[in-house]
Amino acid sequence: MSDTTILDQDRDAGFGDYFALLKPRVMSLVVFTAFVGLLVAPGAINPFVGLCAILFIAVGGGASGALNMWWDADIDAKMRRTVKRPIPAGKIEPGEALGLGIALTGFSVIMLFLATNWVAGALLAFTIFFYVVIYTMWLKRWTPQNIVIGGAAGAFPPMIGWAAVTGDIALESILMFALTFAWTPPHFWSLALFVKSDYKDADVPMLTVTHGRRVTRNHILVYTFALAAVAIGLGLTSIGGPAYMAVAVVMNLWFIKGAIDIWRRTDADSEADSHLVERKFFKFSLLYLFVHFGMLLVETSLTPFGLGGWS
Amino acid sequence: MTQIRATHEIHGRRLSRNIGLGIVLVAFVGIVYGLTIAKVGTDPNDDLGAPWAQAQDKAAK
Repeated sequence: MSDTTILDQDRDAGFGDYFALLKPRVMSLVVFTAFVGLLVAPGAINPFVGLCAILFIAVGGGASGALNMWWDADIDAKMRRTVKRPIPAGKIEPGEALGLGIALTGFSVIMLFLATNWVAGALLAFTIFFYVVIYTMWLKRWTPQNIVIGGAAGAFPPMIGWAAVTGDIALESILMFALTFAWTPPHFWSLALFVKSDYKDADVPMLTVTHGRRVTRNHILVYTFALAAVAIGLGLTSIGGPAYMAVAVVMNLWFIKGAIDIWRRTDADSEADSHLVERKFFKFSLLYLFVHFGMLLVETSLTPFGLGGWS
Repeated sequence: MTQIRATHEIHGRRLSRNIGLGIVLVAFVGIVYGLTIAKVGTDPNDDLGAPWAQAQDKAAK
């Protein structure tokens, strides 16, 4: 046995390493929002088919995670947050991640198509293409608006869930997409304001680095207003209702207040209280998205009792 | 003569991979079977689906 084979054996990955390629934490957001999209859609779906649809959407999201890690292995190795991912850690070969990603892409898209309809399958395929090619390969290393583009990829799951039931795209599903889409920039940029990142070492343009923190604060404010408009607009559609609206109005006013506070602060203020306002805003943003989608579910579950929706 | 040594840590990782893949494959078989029942079994023009459709009719009445 030569030394090389011993080394190769040492790199043998466990099942958990392959699972880590699928970015399980991102998957939880995908599963939750796809689940909401599927449940609030008008019409019925066999519960088992619905469950499978969610699973295939999650696997598709995982496939794009694996392809992202394959392409980004060079920059993952340069950043503390990502250096322990399976490829930079040397547990999985880049080629293996590529193979797994392509295989799972084909598997998830075809299975979703067979289980539901071609619109859902095509949307899933487009989501993976968008995340891997448009975001990861093309725009992530090129523009500081990368977060906005990446957010779009993460926003598709509720649209896919909706399409799995209706076979269609509707105003409601587009607004659910827009909610996550407009939410991502304030969420991520507020994080960028208080976390010392090493994106610079990896040559990934982040708004805080390329245009400065002042511009980032302005951007957060603008996107937060856009987000509020979407959130309230969603409440006026057939899947909204008084309960959703009441919660949305309160949460959006609070979120806007936070964004204005961030906007009015200087970096000196921010350093003085170790980014307290930014941290609070970021924490609240997590709750924000969860509660908005959660309230859509509440409206749907109230409908059988004549309480959900506007009628 | 070389003795057979205790299981190396690599074997543990390999085992986890094999068992994991086994579970995934069995689950996939279950999913395809379940989808078949769910989709074929709800077609009233089909042998499998006829009892289901009748039950639905009864429930509706």
